[in-house]
Amino acid sequence: MQLEAKNIGFRYGDGPWLFQGVNFTVKPGEIVGLTAPSGRGKTTFCRILAGYEKPLEGSITIEGLPVPTRGFHPVQLIFQHPEKAVNPRWKMEKVLSEGEKPDPELLDLLGIEQEWLTRWPNELSGGELQRFCVARALGSNPHFLIADEMTTMLDAITQAQIWYAVLEIAKKRKMGIIIVSHEEKLMQRLCHRVVELKSF
Amino acid sequence: MSILVVENLSISFNQYTESLKQKNVNVISSLNVTLEEGEILAVVGASGSGKSLLAHAILGILPNNANISGTISYDGEILTAARQASLRGTEIALIPQSVNYLDPLMRVGNQVRNSVKVGDAVAAQRKVFERLRLKSGVENMYPFQLSGGMARRTLLSTAIVSGAKVIIADEPTPGLDPVVIKEALENFREFADNGCAVMLITHDIESALTIADKIAVFYAGTTVEIAPVENFNGDGEALRHPYSKALWRALPQNEFIPIPGSQPRPNNLPSGCLFAPRCPIATLECELAQPEMRELRNGRVRCIHAT
Repeated sequence: MQLEAKNIGFRYGDGPWLFQGVNFTVKPGEIVGLTAPSGRGKTTFCRILAGYEKPLEGSITIEGLPVPTRGFHPVQLIFQHPEKAVNPRWKMEKVLSEGEKPDPELLDLLGIEQEWLTRWPNELSGGELQRFCVARALGSNPHFLIADEMTTMLDAITQAQIWYAVLEIAKKRKMGIIIVSHEEKLMQRLCHRVVELKSF
Repeated sequence: MSILVVENLSISFNQYTESLKQKNVNVISSLNVTLEEGEILAVVGASGSGKSLLAHAILGILPNNANISGTISYDGEILTAARQASLRGTEIALIPQSVNYLDPLMRVGNQVRNSVKVGDAVAAQRKVFERLRLKSGVENMYPFQLSGGMARRTLLSTAIVSGAKVIIADEPTPGLDPVVIKEALENFREFADNGCAVMLITHDIESALTIADKIAVFYAGTTVEIAPVENFNGDGEALRHPYSKALWRALPQNEFIPIPGSQPRPNNLPSGCLFAPRCPIATLECELAQPEMRELRNGRVRCIHAT
């Protein structure tokens, strides 16, 4: 189950090309870091990999096949700001079961407490919400997870807690992870290899 | 000299529980911090520990259902609501945490120019954009056209051009690349060296260490420790509070080992020390009463076992 991006090019409207000719592969179970200066299109590239945007040039394949456009997307993206990634009018239990219902073991591993399920998103802290976003993405067994500044807004203890859980699941399922972060130390700690967006 | 002194600050919110029943939820309890002229105080701690609320309390922009007790004084005088209104944006500037604070319908160059109080606003805005490496075309863009990092640099620019004496920066660095972070932090250091006071609210301890003079560690709405920056070193043995030590050890460049559990929720605070349920050295005594802040080795700590 290799994720492969070939010759990807993208721009917004008639604007300048954000990037062109980008090649990128992730193998199952591999953890790859992605860096670039701010505004260079890291998040856009992640959105393309996860199917939120269509690339204007090039193709995304998994195991040589195009990514299915319907149903659950095998590449799941976790955003930097969880409060913007959940429906503010849904209680957490409904937010969580937007994909498949995650098993209790997963919730336990992520430190999600039963009592949080009956709360509204604005009653939880950023760290608590981000755990839900991770659980929602992992519930349906994606092949790849993209962590776009996933723990940037969180304190060091919460960051380490969430990463421990994610790494354990990734190892068990042979899931590939793409990490976007500006924190060099975190990248060194987590990634098998780090690539820069311009130099693929 | 102390320019801003926060003493015994407590904040609670009136919340509706069911139908017309209300309850009072304590979000900040007996918090003390002092800002000195020429100094940078970094405030670190988990999200939900009350860091942003402190900033909003100082500026007087808490929502209407907030009850505040304790005192905040600026330049030797009590900071009343009227004084807060006249000082914010002129003498006390906030760099807000969320990039949603930008006006979505106004070009960002104009938003920055609005903050310039003396001199040529356009020139000041262009100068600061150049310094923060925002290209000249950016001034004509709307917030939705900016990347996260560019929006943050715009927010930073408004504070830089405002000429304020106290700058409160609420998480100014996440999502920025190292070059820009360095530039932003150097700006804060320069503010302080020119006699301003800076409160840097952040969870990026590593960045804070490079420029701050003191670090205040927050947990569940109170200060657990105030330590000189040198104490954050090695495996944290110079730190005073067990939470500060745990936070330090959880950093990726240190051991990256988290302690279990999570911060207590404001409506469900422990009766004694707020950290006791997660503390490795807690004793029965810790559960009896919230410890007072006390002086210890050139810093302050709220723990009865700290040595």
